[in-house]
Amino acid sequence: MAMNRRDALKSVALMMGGAMVGANVILTGCAPEDQIVGLDFSPKDIAFLDEIGEAIIPTTDTPGAKATEIGEFMVMMVKDTYNGEQQQTFVDGINYIRKDFKDTTGKDFMDVSVEERTSYLNDLKSKLSESEDIKEAAVIGMLQDLTVLGYFTSEIGATQQLRYYEAPGRYDPCIDYNPGDKAYAI
Amino acid sequence: MADNSYDAIVVGSGISGGWAAKELTEKGLKVLLLERGQNVEHVKDYKTATQAPWEVPHRGRRTVEMTENHPNLRRDYVLNEQNLDWWAHEKDSPYVEKKPFTWFRGYQVGGRSLLWGRQSYRLGDIDFEANLKEGIAVDWPVRYKDLAPWYSYVEKFAGISGNKDGLDQLPDGDFQPPMPLNCVEKDVAERVKKAFDGKRLVTIGRVANLTQPLEGRVQCQFRNKCWLGCPFGGYFSTQSSTLPAAMKTGNLTLRPWSIVTKLIYDKDTKKATGVEVLDAETNETYEFNSKIVFLCASAFNSTAILMRSATDIWPDGLGSSSGELGHNVMDHHFRTGANGIMEGYEDKYYFGRRPNGVYIPRFRNVNGDQRDYIRGFGYQGAASRSGWSRNVAEMNFGAQLKEALSEPGPWSMGITGFGEILPYHENTIKLSKDVKDKWGLSVLEMNAEIKDNEKKMRVDMMNDAAEMLEAAGLKNVNTFDAGYTFGQGIHEMGTARMGREPKTSVLNGNNQVWDAKNVFVTDGACMTSAAAQNPSLTYMALTARAADFAVNELKKGNL
Repeated sequence: MAMNRRDALKSVALMMGGAMVGANVILTGCAPEDQIVGLDFSPKDIAFLDEIGEAIIPTTDTPGAKATEIGEFMVMMVKDTYNGEQQQTFVDGINYIRKDFKDTTGKDFMDVSVEERTSYLNDLKSKLSESEDIKEAAVIGMLQDLTVLGYFTSEIGATQQLRYYEAPGRYDPCIDYNPGDKAYAI
Repeated sequence: MADNSYDAIVVGSGISGGWAAKELTEKGLKVLLLERGQNVEHVKDYKTATQAPWEVPHRGRRTVEMTENHPNLRRDYVLNEQNLDWWAHEKDSPYVEKKPFTWFRGYQVGGRSLLWGRQSYRLGDIDFEANLKEGIAVDWPVRYKDLAPWYSYVEKFAGISGNKDGLDQLPDGDFQPPMPLNCVEKDVAERVKKAFDGKRLVTIGRVANLTQPLEGRVQCQFRNKCWLGCPFGGYFSTQSSTLPAAMKTGNLTLRPWSIVTKLIYDKDTKKATGVEVLDAETNETYEFNSKIVFLCASAFNSTAILMRSATDIWPDGLGSSSGELGHNVMDHHFRTGANGIMEGYEDKYYFGRRPNGVYIPRFRNVNGDQRDYIRGFGYQGAASRSGWSRNVAEMNFGAQLKEALSEPGPWSMGITGFGEILPYHENTIKLSKDVKDKWGLSVLEMNAEIKDNEKKMRVDMMNDAAEMLEAAGLKNVNTFDAGYTFGQGIHEMGTARMGREPKTSVLNGNNQVWDAKNVFVTDGACMTSAAAQNPSLTYMALTARAADFAVNELKKGNL
C-alpha cells in the first residue's frame, strides 16, 4: 500500500501503500497551537490574491486561475495547512509584493494589466533564485504551489484545461500521444 | 437458542473475520460477528468515493490540525482527509513504543479490507519449509499442498487478477485475466529478462481487483480510489464480498461497537464458552456464548484478547503456556529501492488509472543464488507519466506554465523492495501495566526491531533495484532508502504462531489454540514466518481451511 509514500517514491504510482503516544497526552481538537490566531484576509486581500493567481495561470483559450476563485482557495489553505512560520512568511510576502510593486513601478498592482503583473512576479522569482537576501520573496514559491494546486484540481482546471474521467472503466496500457494532447486531471 | 448464544462467534470483521463469517454461516452455523468499531455499509457509507478533485476540501493536503492530532497516522500516507474515519485514532486507542513502532489500524466493519493494497500472492514451499531447513524459530505445521486447494478456493471467490508466471517461489493461482503492463513496463520487463538470463521477472501485480464481474460485483473501473470504498465492488473487501455472502444465509448477526475484552474460559472442559464484550458506545459489558470462537481481530489485537483471557490459570493469558504468546512480531520491511526516467516513449500514453503495478518476484536465495543473508524480497512499482504536480520551479509564470503543466511530463519508473523479516523471539508485544485506552483496557507495548539479516538484505534491495532499472535502459537512476520503522509495512504478523508442539507454539496446524481447542486464530497472528509476499491472501486461505476443519470437528462432537 503505497499511494502517497512521498519523496523518493513520488514517481511510483504504485498500489495504491517516535514518541510514545500515551493515554495521558491530551490531544485537543481545537485550534492548533502553532498557527496565527485570527489570520485575517479582507475581500481586498482576496481580490489581490486572485490577480496574483491569474498572473501565474492566466486566461488563455480556457479560463485562468481567477475564475476558480484562487484567492479564496489560497486563504483557506494558508489558514488550514500552514504552520505559524509559514503563515507569517505568506503574510509578509504579500505585503512586500504590494509595496515593492508600488515602489518599483509607481503603480498599484491592482491597476495594471495581467501581463505587467506576470512580468513583475517573474522578475521577483528570478531575483529570489539569484539571492536569498529578499526573504519576503520566499512567498513566490508558496503562491506558485497554491495556484497550481488550486487551479488544476478545480472544476475548470480539471475539466477544461486537463482531461477528467471520473470512472475510466478500462485501462489502455499503450496509446499514442500527440503533442498538445492534455494530461489527465487525476 | 437463548438470546446470547450462537454456534460460533467471530471477533473482527476484516479480511480474516469476513471469511470466517462467510464460511461458518454457509456451513449452517449461527454466527455472531463482532466488530469493535462503527458500521460501514457497502456503497451507502462510502461518502467520499465519488468526490471530484475539487470537492476534496484541501485537495489531499494535510491540515495542521490533522497533523497535530495524529502523531501516529501522520508518519505515512494514511493520514488523509478523505478517509480519516477509517483509521483508528491514537487518542482513543494509544499504544506504547518501547522501540519505534508504527501501527495503522482500521477499527470499523470491514477493518482494513476497505483500505488494503490488495496485492495477493501465494506462499510456496520455499516459504513453508524455510524455518525447518534453516533452523529458524519453529517449523510451519503446514505445507503448500495443504493450503493450495484453499488458495484456489479463496482466489476464485475474492477475484484475484494476475498472470500465471510458472515460478516455484511464487505459485500460480486461479486468476482472473491479468491487468496489462503499460508500454514502458513491458519494455523494462523484456530488457530485464534478457539482461538477467530469465532469472528476474517483471510481471503485473496479482491484485484483488476484478477484471471480470462476479456475483453482485462489477469489474474494476480503473478509478484508483479503492481506499475510499468502491461503489462498484471492484475490489475484494468484507463489504463487497464476504459479508453479503454471509448475510445471504440468514445465519449472521453483525454487532458493531463491540470490543471483546476477553474469552470466557472453562478450565474443566478446557474450552472457551464465549466472549465478554464491552459496548464501545455505552460502556456496558455483555457475555455472548458459543461453541467455537474465531479470533480475527488483526494480529496484535487477537493476541491481546488471548493475553487478557484465562489469566486465573495462566497469568500471561490463554496460549502463554508455550512461552511464545506475544513473541515473534513480524512485518515486511520496505521503503528502499530505485527510480529513474525512461526516454523514447514521449509519443506513448495510457488511459485509465490502474490500481495496480508491477511485481518482481523474489530472485535472491533461490535457484542456486546465495547471499550473505537468508530469505529474500520482492519488488512493487510502476511506470507512469508525471502530471501537473511535477516540479517546474525554473519555468516562468504565465501562459507558458499553464500550457506546459497541461501536458503529461516524462515517463518515470520506480520499484520498492518488500523484504522478509525473521521471527525473532525477542521481538514482542505485551500489555502495558500503566497505559490504558479510552475504555480502560491496557494497551499494547511494542518492542521490536529489524536486525542484521534484514539490514544486509536492504543493501541488496536498493542496489538490485538500481541494477535492474539501469539494465532496462532507464536514465538518471536514483537509489533511495527512506528508512523503515517496524509496522510501517502494515503487515503485522506473528505473536500467536502456528507450530507442531504446544511447548513452542500457540496454535496447531489447524489454527486451534493448543490450550483451548474451540478457539481458532486465523489472522496475521498465526504466521510462523513472514515470507516476502503480501500476506492477506494467506489469511483468507488459512481461515477458510480452519472453518472447514472446525465445522467437521463440531459435527464429529470433538469441539
